[in-house]
Amino acid sequence: MSKKISIVLTGVGGQGVITAANILGKAALKEKIGVFVSEIHGMAQRGGAVVCTVRMGDVSSPLLPSGTADVLLSTEPVEALRNICYVNKKTKVITDIHPIIPFTVAVGGEQYPKLDEIFKELSVHAELFAIDALKIAKEAGAIITKNTVMLGALAASGVLPFRSKVLLDTILEDIPEKYKEINKKAFQSGMKAIQSA
Amino acid sequence: MLFFFYHILGKRASFTALVLIMTEITEDKPGKHILLLGNEAITRGALEAGVDVATTYPGTPSSEIADTFSAIAKEAIRQKKDPGFYFQYSVNEKVALEVAAAASFCGLRSLTCMKHVGLNVASDTFMTYMYVGCRGGHIIVSADDPYCHSSQNEQDNRYFALFGGAPMLEPTTPQEAKEMTRLGFDISEQLHLPLLLRTTTRLNHARGPITLNALQQPRKKGYFNKDPLLVTVPATARVKHPILLKQLDEAEKISEKSPFNEILTVGKPKDVGIVTSGVSYTYVKEMAEELHLDVKILKLGMTHPIPRNLCEKFIKSCSSIIMVEELEPFLENQFKTLAYDVGADVKIYGKSTGHFSRLYEYTPDIVVEAFSKIFKVKNPFPTPVRSSLKIPQRPPSLCPGCPHRATYYAVKKAATKDTIYPTDIGCYTLGKEPPLEMADVLLCMGSNAGMACGFSIATDQKIISFMGDSTFFHSGIPPIINAVHHNHDVVITVLDNRTTAMTGHQPHPGTPFDGMGRSAKLIKVEDVVKGCGVEHIEIVDPNKIKETTAAFKRALVFKGPSVVVSKSPCILLEVQRKRKAKEDIQLYHINQKICKRCKTCIGRFGCPALYFAEDGSVHIDAAQCNGCGNCMQVCPFGAISAEDSI
Repeated sequence: MSKKISIVLTGVGGQGVITAANILGKAALKEKIGVFVSEIHGMAQRGGAVVCTVRMGDVSSPLLPSGTADVLLSTEPVEALRNICYVNKKTKVITDIHPIIPFTVAVGGEQYPKLDEIFKELSVHAELFAIDALKIAKEAGAIITKNTVMLGALAASGVLPFRSKVLLDTILEDIPEKYKEINKKAFQSGMKAIQSA
Repeated sequence: MLFFFYHILGKRASFTALVLIMTEITEDKPGKHILLLGNEAITRGALEAGVDVATTYPGTPSSEIADTFSAIAKEAIRQKKDPGFYFQYSVNEKVALEVAAAASFCGLRSLTCMKHVGLNVASDTFMTYMYVGCRGGHIIVSADDPYCHSSQNEQDNRYFALFGGAPMLEPTTPQEAKEMTRLGFDISEQLHLPLLLRTTTRLNHARGPITLNALQQPRKKGYFNKDPLLVTVPATARVKHPILLKQLDEAEKISEKSPFNEILTVGKPKDVGIVTSGVSYTYVKEMAEELHLDVKILKLGMTHPIPRNLCEKFIKSCSSIIMVEELEPFLENQFKTLAYDVGADVKIYGKSTGHFSRLYEYTPDIVVEAFSKIFKVKNPFPTPVRSSLKIPQRPPSLCPGCPHRATYYAVKKAATKDTIYPTDIGCYTLGKEPPLEMADVLLCMGSNAGMACGFSIATDQKIISFMGDSTFFHSGIPPIINAVHHNHDVVITVLDNRTTAMTGHQPHPGTPFDGMGRSAKLIKVEDVVKGCGVEHIEIVDPNKIKETTAAFKRALVFKGPSVVVSKSPCILLEVQRKRKAKEDIQLYHINQKICKRCKTCIGRFGCPALYFAEDGSVHIDAAQCNGCGNCMQVCPFGAISAEDSI
């Protein structure tokens, strides 16, 4: 395939953003699609903001130019907003709706913007899908499957250059047998959340 | 349980996934494609070259190279198999380089990895090592950090290759990192010179597809053949220096023929060239394609010595050349010299013309912007959207339950306001942020205690310095001896959390196991300090805040150097241990009837698990709380209590 696909994944250190990016990379490799994943570790781990980029297709660079993301997938609303430089009108922004308030709000006197204002801002510049991944995960059986819900939503966005089953299979590879079923369910619920949006 | 992992620094995968990665990375399946992190690819390359000895001192962005060796060794030993190599987290980078150099003198293949500033620590060894030269191939990995993602500076270590006279390779992708490591051993052995593999964060922490080559059997045991030329007394050094220069001439010949130096084309190039290296090449290639430029690209993978003939020919074939390299004009200045030497009429664009910066990390945006100016074409990408809402900062912070927070809180209670707090490299540097603000000055590893000595001469202000346990062993001991010998009136704190936390919980001489998971002699900080002659030593548990405050008060009163060892395990390890042992993590609760909203717990103690609700009431986020209970001690009204006691 010659087309380039760029996905930006973002969230807070500890939310599993890097692992999600790694899974996307593995899925692309399985399908023999060119792929580069970029992560920033180190200081970002102690509850700091995390950004990963995944680029697929005929790509050389792990980073993408501003305004060229196909998807911005965020596990936290304000982190989606922090990376708004990557979006254009056609970018699909998929974000969880549950804020994690940074300590700078409690201590440094900063403000966490109102949720509806964040969503309004995001939908002005891109196509927004705000989903309650936590609730969906709970309904699927366990809140720990939240990121599987997010990846399900990504699979349903129609941007990935492979079938959603490839992504699901890649997720399930590293999961012990007894958790496979709830992750499957979480993935499918995530897909539905986008399809019905 | 995919998303069950609490992300503990670098240990991103669950145990099952980790074993899976280890199996994949050690598989002898030539031709197989796997996805690896740049750092993991370097480890794989070393295994394919049959590495015998690997050493390091951990530091971002290099840590996963060594952590991968460590994980492979541990897993092999667990399965009662021979890992094939010896691996060590050395006490510091200098020692790491010396341990591996000695292995090389015995004919073994060695690898030493470190972050860029680690090479400063090892530089004394590094510089003369080039004179002495190696026998078994030796790769020294320097992981540079443009933009200072997790470092105190963004120095360009390519100058170390020039400075010391080391051949150097600079990979562009994880695949190239693996290949350069694998083939770098051959180059090192051919030249009898250690080879510098210079990487940057965006390579170390990028994942890409790798094609596996066969694993090579390590040599395992070497033999040291004596040679008077290994002893660098002045007379030997004078003999060795010209030999080094000759070896570098040989290195240039290798560079001329190296497959890592190549000319690629975009469009139908005539006389416009681009010279680039490292990750910058990936931006150059994509952006040249996006702008439909007609250019030839000289991609240099062996950047010391540069292939003079190849470069001169390239210069002569161009009317203009654009130099694209992160940080310093390392290649740019060499190309200007070459252009002068061959009398070429060529315009060289780069840092000196203001098109590229000496600062920070490059991005596709930076490269496309410069190209659009030079080629006078429109930047095809949209102007980046900016949020009209103000976004709160989310810097990293000390974890909920971190014992360092408790130490800092206790110190603040004990000390006067103008007390100077020299700090060091580690998690505790995060104590710089409000509300603690317990870091006044920081230079490098181990610098806290040395500066403390100096402050005690220059001012009458009180001084309390901080360093971690791993930092203490790394370079914190000599300044303590200095303080004792000169009787400096300082309080030196060792924040002993029983691990090298910031870089991913690596062991150090104060832990009872080594990097291969074998039991090792535990050296107590307090025993070392006592041996150094410190007369006033306090050992405290920082989670007992009142007692800790009292200990610091006593240390401040003592005339002369005192050391406080503040001992409590990293909360992340503690939580991990409790989970494994199926012990409960105590939750805490704020009684809203008693709480006066005085904000001590948030505004002074600053635990991120505490937050204000919209009505101004204070709560503990159970999802974030790690159950240290220190907020209970901090609350002046007794409003906080253990959850089961209500």
